[in-house]
Amino acid sequence: MQTFDIFSFHGGIHPPENKAQSLQLPLGRPSLPNELILPLGQHIGQSSRPMVKAGDRVLKGQALAMNNGFLSSFLHAPTSGTISAIEERLIAHPSGLSDLCVILQPDGLEEWQALEPLVDWQTQNRTDVLAYLSEMGIVGMGGAGFPTQVKLQGANKSPLTHFIINAAECEPYITADDMLIREKTLELILGIEVLQHLVNASQVVIGIEDNKPTAIKLLNDLLAERNSTIKVAVVPTKYPSGGEKQLIQLLTGKEVPSGQHPADIGILCQNVGTCVAVHDAIYLGKPLISRFTTLTGDALNAPQNVEVLLGTPVSHLLEYAESQDNKLHRLVMGGPMMGFTLDSTQVPVVKTSNCILAATKEELPPPAPEQACIRCGMCEQACPVSLLPQQLLWFSKSQEHEKAEHHNLFDCIECGACSYVCPSSIPLVQYYRHSKSTIREARESAVKADLAKQRFEARKARQEAEAAEKEAKRLARQKPAPAKDANKVAPKAAASAAPATNDEAKKLKVDLAIAKTKLKKLEKQLLSAQENEHVEEINSLQLQVTDQANQVKDLEAQMAKFAEAAPVAKPTPAKQDSAGDELKKAKVDLALVGVKLKKAQKQLDETPDDADLKQKVADLEAQQKAAQAKLDQATSAAPAQTTPKAAANTNSDELKKAKVDLALAGVKLKKAQKQLAEAPDDADLKQKVADLEAQQKAAQAKLDQAQTIDTAPTKPANDGTTANNDELKKLKIDAAIAKAAVKKVEKALKKAEELQAPELDTLRQQFKDAQQRATELENALANPNAQQATATPKSAENNVGTADEDKKRKVDLAIAKAGIKKAEKNIALLKEQGKSEEEIQASEWPQKLIEAQQKLALLETATAAEDTSSKETSTATQAQPAAPTKADDDKKRKIDLAIAKAGIKKAEKNLVLLKEQGKSEEEIQASEWPQKLLEAQQKLAQLESNEAPQPANAEPSNAERANDEAPQASLAEQIKQQKIAVALAKAQANKLAKKLGVEPDNAEQVQLEIAQLKDKQAQAEHLLEQLMKQQESQ
Amino acid sequence: MTEYLLILVSTILVNNFVLVQFLGLCPFMGVSGKLETSIGMAMATTFVLTLSSLCSYLTFTYILQPFGLEYLQTISFILVIAVVVQFTEMVVHKTSPLLYRVLGIFLPLITTNCAVLGVALQNISKQNDFVESILYGFGAAVGFSFVLVLFAAMRERINVADVPVVFKGSAIGMITAGLMALAFMGFTALVQI
Amino acid sequence: MTTVLLAIGILVLLALVFGGILGYANVRFHVEGDPIVDQIDALLPQTQCGQCGHPGCRPYAEAISNGEAINHCPPGGQATIQALADLLDVEAIPLDGDHGTESAKRVAVIREDECIGCTKCIQACPVDAILGAAKQMHTVISDECTGCDLCVEPCPVDCIDMVEVGVNTKTWSWDKPQGVASTSLNIIATDRQTEAAH
Repeated sequence: MQTFDIFSFHGGIHPPENKAQSLQLPLGRPSLPNELILPLGQHIGQSSRPMVKAGDRVLKGQALAMNNGFLSSFLHAPTSGTISAIEERLIAHPSGLSDLCVILQPDGLEEWQALEPLVDWQTQNRTDVLAYLSEMGIVGMGGAGFPTQVKLQGANKSPLTHFIINAAECEPYITADDMLIREKTLELILGIEVLQHLVNASQVVIGIEDNKPTAIKLLNDLLAERNSTIKVAVVPTKYPSGGEKQLIQLLTGKEVPSGQHPADIGILCQNVGTCVAVHDAIYLGKPLISRFTTLTGDALNAPQNVEVLLGTPVSHLLEYAESQDNKLHRLVMGGPMMGFTLDSTQVPVVKTSNCILAATKEELPPPAPEQACIRCGMCEQACPVSLLPQQLLWFSKSQEHEKAEHHNLFDCIECGACSYVCPSSIPLVQYYRHSKSTIREARESAVKADLAKQRFEARKARQEAEAAEKEAKRLARQKPAPAKDANKVAPKAAASAAPATNDEAKKLKVDLAIAKTKLKKLEKQLLSAQENEHVEEINSLQLQVTDQANQVKDLEAQMAKFAEAAPVAKPTPAKQDSAGDELKKAKVDLALVGVKLKKAQKQLDETPDDADLKQKVADLEAQQKAAQAKLDQATSAAPAQTTPKAAANTNSDELKKAKVDLALAGVKLKKAQKQLAEAPDDADLKQKVADLEAQQKAAQAKLDQAQTIDTAPTKPANDGTTANNDELKKLKIDAAIAKAAVKKVEKALKKAEELQAPELDTLRQQFKDAQQRATELENALANPNAQQATATPKSAENNVGTADEDKKRKVDLAIAKAGIKKAEKNIALLKEQGKSEEEIQASEWPQKLIEAQQKLALLETATAAEDTSSKETSTATQAQPAAPTKADDDKKRKIDLAIAKAGIKKAEKNLVLLKEQGKSEEEIQASEWPQKLLEAQQKLAQLESNEAPQPANAEPSNAERANDEAPQASLAEQIKQQKIAVALAKAQANKLAKKLGVEPDNAEQVQLEIAQLKDKQAQAEHLLEQLMKQQESQ
Repeated sequence: MTEYLLILVSTILVNNFVLVQFLGLCPFMGVSGKLETSIGMAMATTFVLTLSSLCSYLTFTYILQPFGLEYLQTISFILVIAVVVQFTEMVVHKTSPLLYRVLGIFLPLITTNCAVLGVALQNISKQNDFVESILYGFGAAVGFSFVLVLFAAMRERINVADVPVVFKGSAIGMITAGLMALAFMGFTALVQI
Repeated sequence: MTTVLLAIGILVLLALVFGGILGYANVRFHVEGDPIVDQIDALLPQTQCGQCGHPGCRPYAEAISNGEAINHCPPGGQATIQALADLLDVEAIPLDGDHGTESAKRVAVIREDECIGCTKCIQACPVDAILGAAKQMHTVISDECTGCDLCVEPCPVDCIDMVEVGVNTKTWSWDKPQGVASTSLNIIATDRQTEAAH
């Protein structure tokens, strides 16, 4: 038998051992107490879960509670009996608090349940054996009560070098382990063998202090007998050599690093009590139901070791050991160094209770009052963990927990050596314990705060997501509505009434629903108030109910009105719109392609050799043609759906455009020719000239086409005269242009002849073409002139004026409409961009929209008036039927009316909106809306009064009409309109003149336009004069 | 070479800026409550002091001297120091958030540290050359850091000690500083420079 | 005169150059964000109770960094005020009574047989610690409850109690020792005392 190398650890103390007293008597076995109190939390970790309920009869060794999670254990009945209760009882805890306990009433039969020892533990799976140990409720019996299976599992992380059995039992007074070794030597060795089988360590050592010679001898004898490899290491008596880490250091010389477990350095430590419990479980099938406990202290007459059933109340044991109550001063569970004072004798013995010390006053005097630290440093000398107790004390006292932690406070094993040696009797350990628990609390609350923060943020994120989703849905719902509105309203002002009606109707419905709900609620309240006889409430509620009912009625009436109005207003404009839209789109396409083409051509001009560019130009031209085709199609489609007037409008637009194209082509041609003249040999230029000529021809062709289209739809719409007049005028212009072209070509020809250029032939050809075209046009001009002459022999001039006026108005109308469209589009855009209503109001667009609408209305009225007047004059001379004019006029008026109504509605809506937004009455007054509302209402009234006399005028003859009072009003109106028209024409002329200054290139064209405008102006003035005269005469 | 070594020994121990020349006492008393903060302050001061002594030397030699404006040294040095400190703070803030957490809040304090200006002015009066100026600044900073950290460590322990109530706080700090100054008197005449 | 002008010129030049450098550095090394808010937020107890007058702990942290007083947090109590004072290097002031008083840790408990299942408390809970559905009984997940009181007010039947969290053997902590000179000092034995005892 070899001796084992023993190392040493820092510090340690040698308190009086006091172990002899309890070894005088042999092992005692107290009788059954009246009740056994079995706390559910006898170990470290989660409390066990009870498997029985009050009133159950249990057998000895039957499981009472099962493990609750990983770090937990089983609990078994120490004897047979009945469960009387599961309730809170005082338990053995330094706090002196209660905890949940199973109360067992023994029946004294000691009836064991069927024992099933694990005989084949050597062949069984390791995990199964560990699970079996867990079910047997085995925990570390040294003091902490760490579930053994968990510790064994942890030990498997790395191969073990040492398996140490802790039999040191360093604390004074306690001899339970000593007695256990003496009584159960064989069981201990067998238990160790089982554990060694499970952990498979390379060395198994029993560490035992040299103050237990009997136990050492017994162990050595038995080991020698069994030829065991287990070694017995006898260590010198020093407190606290029984501490796990200290014993490891003593036996292996290795220090367990701070914050690590022994298993991390390949060492496992088990208490002797645990080994015996393992033996009992494996070989006998008995769960952990009893333990060895030392009963000692001067207050006991018969201090001894006892094998006591778990749950036995301390009072029962004191009685057994003949306690002298008068001498008992302090009852301690555990040793004098690490134990804690028990306030009550009713607390039970648990799996970790190794000693009950019933001390007299002399034995354990009350602690001396704490005095100031004198910095003697004895605590540092005594500390077995090599800490700085004094420093820790300062930190603990000044609540500098962070620093205390930094000084490894958590490595303190709370052995009490420092307090023991302190000359100032400072309860150092108590300070450390307090600091430790404070730090733990802070950590827990930090974890909790973190969790709360996470949950709070998750909740916030969730709520935001929900809100965003709702908002998105709302927007999605809202978006199509205004978009549709914009489309509908845009092309025709008249159409604006329809969506407005729709909107209004919807709003009304909602309002109605709300009002009805409110009414119901109020009625309900009224009813309940009546039931409860609340007089005051009844009165006010009744008032409210009547109010609400009135409101509902109003809303219903409005609703009905709308229901009537809506279907009439809706269908017509919708159709027109689509056609108009298409037309518009085609035009835009065309314009775009045209622009692109121009750009490409320009580029081509700059770099004539670029094949790519040429290709591009060709492509673009093709595109342009396609667009043109589409446009034509759209235009031809349009007349079918739109009113003929609109088609005429488009056609005239088309015509104008074609003319502009032609003029442009002409200008370009001229320019190219000029260039050619300067550099006659340039092939590129020649090519370009040819191209341009082709373009010019194309434009010419387009113009012709447009003219033919124009004539077709215009005729049925207006009177033949108007169309003819238009045609005539156009022809005249064309003729003029053609003549100009002829002149130009002639000039170019002359120049070319002078220079003897090679493309003389082409130019000549061109000249001929131009001449031909000029003659053609002149012929054509002569022709319709003749036609017109037959159609309107008397008032040709007047008619021409009217037609011109008409056209101008139409153009103005188109411009106004475009303005409206633009404004509406912009508003829709703003809405889409999620601007608030207010912002939109603040922007200029609504203002513009209204202006444009007003202008449009004005123009339409003017047009209507003009039509009427022209009809009037023509009818006066020609006696043509007045009916169609009247119808037209009527329609215009209706449209005006609708617009005015829409304006009113809009203003009202805006007012409501402002109110909803919580604007004060003053602010609302300050805004433009009330003003507008008033204006719109006035206008409406005016229009309605206009409308009223109109039908009356429809019947009487024209002669009578001149004498009627009513037309005077219309005449005045007309005069006004004319005045406006004159002003407008002037303004436009001015503008063009300005433009002329800026763009001298287009001088010819612009001048032409100016001439036209001046013409118009003159005509308008003339008309105005006439009208004035008429008025005077009336 | 020996000369440079002597400059270091002189500034760190013999003519320690805080305890012998009594410059920079404000941060010495103010930032010595905690060891960590004092280390941060020490690092920041070392950095700035070295840099500013360099910059002020350059300013003096290449801007003030050629124009005969030596009498503007104080105002221009204050300018230089302020700029160096601010610039350093910004750069550290951007480039190293970690270092900024350690140094950041102390950097602006250094602007008003009289030791910094003292070093710059002494460099001129001692007619140090370029390298000597840098070493002088660096040594002064190391000396400052040295006593600051020592003092902070002591104050930390004094804070938790049973100091008589009337002496608690700054009073005992002053006494301690005085005792430290006395101790540093022992270095006198270690180096003659 | 020239000397004076020269001196002024040089100084102005220096100032301009340095100003330029700083201006450049300010743009080049500009740093976004205020890390102090995070640090303050970390010290607050995260009950999200709103007793400080802000909707949650982070907004209060932001308010503190903008200069609000540090003593508006009753759940955190004096410990939090002390921690904030240390962080911000200001004087620790006593808790502002207007925002509530420091109380022991509490959790909400729903008297479940009285609950009508209105879900109002669920909507009020800032940490989603109440479980339940409409017309179903609700219950508080006590581990998640921060004891913020916010659910008590909305309950239409007043079935929510704030219960103090008692100490059990798991949460119990050791008392701090009394300290020096806490008891009457009878270190030196005197005759008088022995006489008094008899």
